[in-house]
Amino acid sequence: MSSPWKAFLVMGVLAGLLATSGAGAYTLEEFTFEDPAQGTAFRALIEELRCLVCQNESLAASQADLAEDLRKEVYRMFREGKSRDQIVQFLVDRYGDFVLYDPPFKPSTYLLWLGPFVLVGIGAFLLVRSLLVKRRSPATELSDEERRRLQDLLGTESNPVQSNREESDRDQTDRDSPK
Amino acid sequence: MSKYLKALVPLVLFLGLVALLFYGLGTDPRKVPSPLVGKPAPEFSLPALLDPDRTVSSADLDGKVTLLNVWFSSCVSCRAEHRELMRIAREGGVQIVGLNWKDDKEAAVEMLRQFGNPYSLIAVDEAGRVGIDWGVYGAPETFVVDPEGIIRYKQIGPIDQGVWEQTLRPLVEKIKEEGRA
Repeated sequence: MSSPWKAFLVMGVLAGLLATSGAGAYTLEEFTFEDPAQGTAFRALIEELRCLVCQNESLAASQADLAEDLRKEVYRMFREGKSRDQIVQFLVDRYGDFVLYDPPFKPSTYLLWLGPFVLVGIGAFLLVRSLLVKRRSPATELSDEERRRLQDLLGTESNPVQSNREESDRDQTDRDSPK
Repeated sequence: MSKYLKALVPLVLFLGLVALLFYGLGTDPRKVPSPLVGKPAPEFSLPALLDPDRTVSSADLDGKVTLLNVWFSSCVSCRAEHRELMRIAREGGVQIVGLNWKDDKEAAVEMLRQFGNPYSLIAVDEAGRVGIDWGVYGAPETFVVDPEGIIRYKQIGPIDQGVWEQTLRPLVEKIKEEGRA
């Protein structure tokens, strides 16, 4: 087979794949409502519900078999005139809060909702405290008495302690300066 | 607090984080705990797989410790646990009820013909409607239902010997103890 033909065949196969995948992708068109507002509410709701099979997809996005069933179930309840809360409760009763992308605020989720704020609070407290301590800490200047004692302790030969004032006070030519 | 203790704080915090993350490695996000555990088993009434005249309903679970096993024939993990179910059935002591979930009837019967039938009853949930009521989101899943009809445990994923010996059998025995007490 010559190469132009091969390329043509590959293109054909790719086009075919594109076409079939397009046809295979599901749409929400099977769910019809007389009232467009209801359709919008339905779409918004299934966007907020998690598919348990794929976990990172919403019921609206998932092509899993179970998601399909649950979409139909939600649709049926919508048609029956059940409220949004009733439908959500129906699913939570069976699958737990995990079906909700937006977890409710209740004792078992306090840590989830409040934890970050508590951590930020602790961090802010520690930061403020350490800043205050630093400000309140005594002057770093040494008194003459202290400086004399320090030199006694360290010995003048290899004294690594340098402050600007020491440099001006003392002769430093016999010492190595740090590079 | 001494200076040394203070210096240890970051280390301790870090080790705490390591422990938390390590724990997270061992948990399976696919296992979503069921809100039905501790609640009465959802009512159902479905045709039986092998006996067209019979229906299987919640009443069949009354008064016995039951493993309600959700399966379908083309599910690989269900086939994997089938042998263990057969063994448990031979061992006796617990009623195994099958919930044939969204399956092709003939294929289901064929699978049982090939590998044996561990179930005392099999309910056919072709539309998956009862599966939704039970919060089923995959197969295999197995519910342990006590004689009062309360769901005591949900096993997500196949039952192997380890699961049976370490989790399910002790629970079944505990439930029986409660019944005697």
